[in-house]
Amino acid sequence: MNALNIKRGASSHSAYELRNRYEERLERHVLAVIVDNESGVLARVIGLFSGRGYNIDSLTVAEIDRDGHRSRITVVTTGTPAVIEQIKAQLDRMVPVHDVHDLTVEGPSVERELALIKVAGTGEKRVEALRTADIFRAKVVDTTLESFVFEITGTSEKVDAFCDLMRPLGLTEVARTGVAAIARGN
Amino acid sequence: MARPMTGAQIVIKALQDQGVDTIFGYPGGAVLPIYDEIFQQSDIRHVLVRHEQGAAHAAEGYARSTGKPGVVLVTSGPGATNAVTGLTDALMDSVPIVVLTGQVPTFMIGNDAFQEADTVGITRPCTKHNWLVKDTAELAETIHQAFHVAMNGRPGPVLVDIPKDVQFATAHYKPKAEARTKHYQPKTKGDPDAILAAVEALEQAEKPVFYTGGGVVNSGPEASALLRRLVDGTGFPITSTLMGLGCYPASGRSWIGMLGMHGTYEANWAMHDCDLMLCIGARFDDRITGRLDAFSPRSIKVHVDIDPSSINKNVHVDVPIVGDVAAVLGEMVALWEERGRRTKSEAVAAWWNQIATWKAKNCLAYRPSPRTIKPQLAVERLEALTKDHPDRYITTEVGQHQMWAAQYMGFEDPNRWMTSGGLGTMGYGLPASIGVQVAHPDGLVINVAGEASWLMNMQEMGTAIQYRLPVKQFILNNERLGMVRQWQELLHGERYSSSWSEALPDFVKLAEAFGAKGIRCDDPADLDEAIREMLAYPGPVIFDCVVEKHENCFPMIPSGKAHNEMLLSEDIMTGTIDETGAVLV
Repeated sequence: MNALNIKRGASSHSAYELRNRYEERLERHVLAVIVDNESGVLARVIGLFSGRGYNIDSLTVAEIDRDGHRSRITVVTTGTPAVIEQIKAQLDRMVPVHDVHDLTVEGPSVERELALIKVAGTGEKRVEALRTADIFRAKVVDTTLESFVFEITGTSEKVDAFCDLMRPLGLTEVARTGVAAIARGN
Repeated sequence: MARPMTGAQIVIKALQDQGVDTIFGYPGGAVLPIYDEIFQQSDIRHVLVRHEQGAAHAAEGYARSTGKPGVVLVTSGPGATNAVTGLTDALMDSVPIVVLTGQVPTFMIGNDAFQEADTVGITRPCTKHNWLVKDTAELAETIHQAFHVAMNGRPGPVLVDIPKDVQFATAHYKPKAEARTKHYQPKTKGDPDAILAAVEALEQAEKPVFYTGGGVVNSGPEASALLRRLVDGTGFPITSTLMGLGCYPASGRSWIGMLGMHGTYEANWAMHDCDLMLCIGARFDDRITGRLDAFSPRSIKVHVDIDPSSINKNVHVDVPIVGDVAAVLGEMVALWEERGRRTKSEAVAAWWNQIATWKAKNCLAYRPSPRTIKPQLAVERLEALTKDHPDRYITTEVGQHQMWAAQYMGFEDPNRWMTSGGLGTMGYGLPASIGVQVAHPDGLVINVAGEASWLMNMQEMGTAIQYRLPVKQFILNNERLGMVRQWQELLHGERYSSSWSEALPDFVKLAEAFGAKGIRCDDPADLDEAIREMLAYPGPVIFDCVVEKHENCFPMIPSGKAHNEMLLSEDIMTGTIDETGAVLV
């Protein structure tokens, strides 16, 4: 960095003004937060988001290292670039947080969500549901004469699309895990 | 191997290990084992407060006047909830305090037991970190970690919740040196490229200004010394936030006064017109910036802060430097001196001429009165009669008196000015003055107060009497919630809704009832004599200074306005705040 290259008045735009300028540029980011698996850690992270008025689109958490007592929280959030930067800085300064990765900007990543979807129906609708499930590579994990439970894995968009197609075919219940994500490559 | 100890013994041992000499606290059922241990030792002094909020503010006063962490011990349930305001205050002002709370026994947690509250749940958003200790074997290490977290990075309050059965059970003690603290190690050293950029900007600045804050105090005496070296070396003007007063001496030649909503005309105009802003240990708070989209529109902004989340939060900066103020200033000073101590001195001299024209407005002038004591006069006289004291500390409550104290008193050193800045906690000053006096038994400790704020924690006079703490309570009594009244005058058509103090006690009799000395003064002609009487008295004093009731605090940046739209007096006040400004606080 060289001060000589900084345009005078480059910072004349305040944060409020940044917000206005970026209003149409709300971005969706997937953050992976590595935390100590201690009691209350999830409440801390969620409290940060609600207390400071940030969005949570989805959130998943599970222990990933039993010996090291580490959990991984995957948060999908939307905000302007300035807000996303604040979210990362606020997360990173929390005592039980080890690392914050913004998978959206740190290179290619894989995102997956699992959903269990119950569809009730008979006759042609039942056959059509099974056919559509096959196209989406959804698995049947439970069946009765009048219902199926499908298991589907994929991006959130794929799960959304599957749910939309199942709705007219008798969709009665949906359980979704939220997004888990990881960077590609090593 | 040493014999196992009870949890209560471990608590005391850990505090001793941390070098704690004083605890502010209040006993109750869930902390009785710890109080029993306090009774049986003499290394740590326990100061019994009269309300747990008082304990937290006293610990803040202790911490801010010494640079050491303040320690609080309170019971479960109401003991813990009463400490919440103090925790939030310490979080907003980055004051390191360690609060130990009792909790109902582990097997009763969640059963709505007597005096049970979800203390870690309630205090999660108002601490830097908190812990519920469920196993005595982890108690010592947790307390050591708590001190580590409170003191490292951006300082702040921490809380350790200790169930009563954990206090009775036994375990081996883990000394401070063996506690794991590795993973919380915030960055203290600034990025060399960013420091170089800051020095280059400094060398080329024509209209620079240093804007410093509480981070310089928190970084320690070395930070203030380095700041003085850089400011005096460059000859650049320096202003400070409310929290940073004293880092650069008020008598120093580069000092242009406090900035912000009630800052000086010259400081705010310098901020607005500067071409280089060196923000050191401050956080662009809304009291400082005023209207953000008109904030210092033509400047390059350098921001030194140990907390990365403070960078670009309110104001976008050009040169962010994450690190400890002392460490970063050390590098900056060394680099600037190594490169030949260059500045654009001619341009800076012209800039000083410009500042002189702003200074000539004499923004702190007020209309004197022969009959009533103007609050500004009271503070001016207090300053004149105490400024030569070799060991003076000032605390304040919150409101107009706080701003007048900041405007009319001069601070030569850090750690001498204790005030509630971020949270604006009425009731802070009296307990804080107690904490300061406990830490500095021979110092002159004065709480500049308003009568309404002071009443909020007046029970702590009992603490002052019990421990023979000669704190001076200098109350500017206008029988009004002065700042609320001022805003109602400005914003709400002079409808003074609930902003007067009715049914006030007779403060002289109140002082006598507590066993303190009471002094009342309502004539400007008697003021000096009365202040001298207060200073000469060896014990605590309540000074009822009856002042002009409708005085407003100026200068002022009305909410929603920019630095260059500052008001100097009431002549031009009405109708200055528009609708968008009115929603701001």
